[in-house]
Amino acid sequence: MLQHLFGFKGGVKPQTNKAPSVQQPIGQAPLPARLYVPLHQSIGGSPNPLVEAGEQILKGQLIGGADGWMSAAVHAPTSGTVLAIEKHVAAHPSGLPTLTVVIAPDGRDEWITRTPLDYRSLAPERVREALRDAGVVGLGGAVFPSHAKLTAASSVAVEQLVINGAECEPFMTCDDLLMRERAEEIVRGSAIFRELLAARRVLIGIEDNKPEAVAAMQAAVQRLGEDHEVVAVPTRYPAGGAKQLIRVLTGKEVPASKRSTDLGVQCFNVATAYTAYRALAYGEPVISRIVTLTGNVLQPRNWEVRLGTPLRDLVALGQPKADTNKYLMGGPMMGFEIPDLAAPVIKATNCVIAGSPTLFPPSPPEMPCIRCGACAEVCPHELQPFELYWFARARNFGKTQEYHLFDCIECGCCSYVCPSHIPLVQYFRFAKSEIWSREREKQAAEAAKARFELRNARAEREQAEKAERLARAAAARSSERKPASAAASPPVAVAESGVASAVASEPAIASPPIDADALKKATIVAAMERARAQRAAVQPRNTEQLTFQQQREIAAIEARRANLQAESSPDEVNRPQRAAE
Amino acid sequence: MISTLVIMALGALVLGAALGYASIKFKVEGDPLVEKIEAILPQTQCGQCGYPGCKPYAAAISAGEADINLCPPGGMDGVRKLADLLGREVKPLEVEEKPKQVAIIDETTCIGCTLCIQACPVDAIVGAAKQMHTIIEPLCTGCELCIKPCPVECIHMQPITENLDNWKWKYPVIEIKRAA
Amino acid sequence: MGRFVSRQRHFQGKRNMTHYLFIIVGAVLVNNVVLVKILGLCPFTGVSKKLETAFGMGAATTFVLTVATGASYVIDHYLLMPFGLEYLRTLSFIFTIAAIVQLTEMVIQKTSPLLHQVLGIYLPLITTNCAVLGVPLLNVANKHDFVESLLFGAGCAIGFSLVLVLFAGIRERVEGADVPTHFRGTAIAMVTAGLMSLAFMGFAGLDKYQ
Repeated sequence: MLQHLFGFKGGVKPQTNKAPSVQQPIGQAPLPARLYVPLHQSIGGSPNPLVEAGEQILKGQLIGGADGWMSAAVHAPTSGTVLAIEKHVAAHPSGLPTLTVVIAPDGRDEWITRTPLDYRSLAPERVREALRDAGVVGLGGAVFPSHAKLTAASSVAVEQLVINGAECEPFMTCDDLLMRERAEEIVRGSAIFRELLAARRVLIGIEDNKPEAVAAMQAAVQRLGEDHEVVAVPTRYPAGGAKQLIRVLTGKEVPASKRSTDLGVQCFNVATAYTAYRALAYGEPVISRIVTLTGNVLQPRNWEVRLGTPLRDLVALGQPKADTNKYLMGGPMMGFEIPDLAAPVIKATNCVIAGSPTLFPPSPPEMPCIRCGACAEVCPHELQPFELYWFARARNFGKTQEYHLFDCIECGCCSYVCPSHIPLVQYFRFAKSEIWSREREKQAAEAAKARFELRNARAEREQAEKAERLARAAAARSSERKPASAAASPPVAVAESGVASAVASEPAIASPPIDADALKKATIVAAMERARAQRAAVQPRNTEQLTFQQQREIAAIEARRANLQAESSPDEVNRPQRAAE
Repeated sequence: MISTLVIMALGALVLGAALGYASIKFKVEGDPLVEKIEAILPQTQCGQCGYPGCKPYAAAISAGEADINLCPPGGMDGVRKLADLLGREVKPLEVEEKPKQVAIIDETTCIGCTLCIQACPVDAIVGAAKQMHTIIEPLCTGCELCIKPCPVECIHMQPITENLDNWKWKYPVIEIKRAA
Repeated sequence: MGRFVSRQRHFQGKRNMTHYLFIIVGAVLVNNVVLVKILGLCPFTGVSKKLETAFGMGAATTFVLTVATGASYVIDHYLLMPFGLEYLRTLSFIFTIAAIVQLTEMVIQKTSPLLHQVLGIYLPLITTNCAVLGVPLLNVANKHDFVESLLFGAGCAIGFSLVLVLFAGIRERVEGADVPTHFRGTAIAMVTAGLMSLAFMGFAGLDKYQ
């Protein structure tokens, strides 16, 4: 099984610190007193809660249904009672609350009826749906819904399926232990992925500092008679990045604008393959995961932890040393400091590291960039971090995008080597989220504009319709009156002028045959007249700041107008009598 | 002397004719710049700039009638972008910048008069006559145009709080510590 | 132009490619119109905030300057000189330049409204750009023939655009730098321009090797 390996540019070799946590096998974490299962644990839509407070639930029961295609379901990690569905602190660098199902376990740990799927005879779409409803997501840390990655591009056949067991982050050993202990399930899971993608080859990439895992996987492949290729790749951070591993194993470079399937490659984490197999072959949804608990603790070890277990309960299992001052979720390179230990273990929690001032000394103050180029040398994506930094710091986001900010995978190599101790990745994250938020605002503005324009168009249309209706009504009234008052031409002319005026309404009231319809029309017209009078009273007349002369003129005109109205109104009053004749 | 005048007049005539021809040949119709300016404006349609909506304001900027610092919802960021686009100096906002807000209807006091629905420029309020109204939060641009028409003063503005969807990584700050 | 041009006088009869090349190189680098002759500083500081605008302004000025030198030559030689009207030179040159600038403005407004808006006041200001008037007058002073005039005009224009673009590039970077508060904006731009001018002094002597 000879495999030509390709290299990727850059990368660093930090101290791995993996030895302490591989001394013991994976342990089963005890059931905590409360479980806090956040509904939104994967990329994509937030699942909708399907249970109510007070409801009895079983282990593996669906508690959050996938919201659309790009989402993954969430299940109860044990049997018990739903206490509440409320906001609880999230396992997120912000420490902000998120909608969480709080469960009080009953201790029986009673499974829901598990139905294994005969995935071989099912249509691929059904299998993908089953994976979504089992909550299978990328367990490497990105939590991207796996079923969405299991569709081959229509134009390019999938050449290689890469199973990622590289695990390049220091301290982290959860995938290592999983491969040692549960290799067969991983291999079977990979085989399912392979069938779904119709991939020609399966390459399992494992960093060469994990010989036991490589041996275990090779043995499993042989035992099961599969032709997966287990490849030991050189240990160099970030060899476990999806794009880096693809590069190393296949020589293909995935550009930012494309998906790897466009190049005929797809990549999954070993733990994802494992959970996918458990979900399909045993009907067990994703309710737990392997978490490495290491760092400044007396008992570093890997634990199989139920999702929703508060980090405080997990951390207690490792017996943190007295000088522990912080906890990291994820590795030291890409992880973040946990703001609150009340946050639960989620699908993305691959590692929890207890930190102390001696283990992670506080970083020295940031010094000016000296443009030494060390960051550019180690950048695995061949970016120029010093240029990105320059423009991100000046908040010149357009320029950062010109320097391909969104190709950055935030691996942290640049910050690791920076002689000026500049937290480069933090600047890049800042710039990225700033650009995203601007994009969101822009989209919201565009939508608001569209609604505004639609509203204006609607208002115009309604006005036109109203005018038309009024004109029709006036016309109808005039034609109605015509036969009755053939001799009376002036009133007809008034009515035909379109605007239904008060003068036209008076005859209707005074006319002897008062039918209901006419009465109703009359009240409407009267109301309109009232409204008009009101409006006229409110409307400014611009006659305040005028000279005395002008005011006198206005007064004269007003008097004339009043005279005219007085003359014309008796005429109007006479009209109905004439009409009655 | 005469020849001088004749030559200069001739020159002026030729140049004038050329320019006159060019002004017809290269006549510009419409103003594509307005759209570019409008794309920067926040589309709240709030009228705080003194123009009845974002498009009229964009047109006024393009025509050079309005300054670029009249849009409070756009904030300093908007001013900066406009300055960038138009090559003008960045000026501080006329009015103080407010944090982003949404309108909230107190549903117990709402009498269902529909006045706010008519006032909302972006159709973010739903409700029917004599029925309680409510604001569709994600659609509200925070223009405050619905507050005045409400006869029972049941609408108030609420700043948008930080949540997981709009949370942003902060600008890295260097902690300054006293040297021991 | 000084020394470089006076040296050329000796080879008046010999018009080969080297001669033309020297005119261009001399105009672009050695006697750069902005940094050595200190002409046309208004657009140099005004339109150098962004690279794209600098490119646009450079292109507009190059066009105007080249056409203006050609037109000025024609007017000078076939209109003013035969009638002995040399004293009207400056006036008629300004006329011509103004007309060409107006024409350019119309064309730009039609073809690139954004560039038009961005160049703003500086586009009509090309009319009063001393570089644009200065170069035709220098052509007359140096007794350049038509081809030389055009080359000299184009060379000066390229030199102007080059310096403008370089300067805009530097200013874009300086935007992100930790400049002391009181030096921000125009002040640091002036310091930068001074340093660039010093650097361009280094080209003096390129003509020693002819």
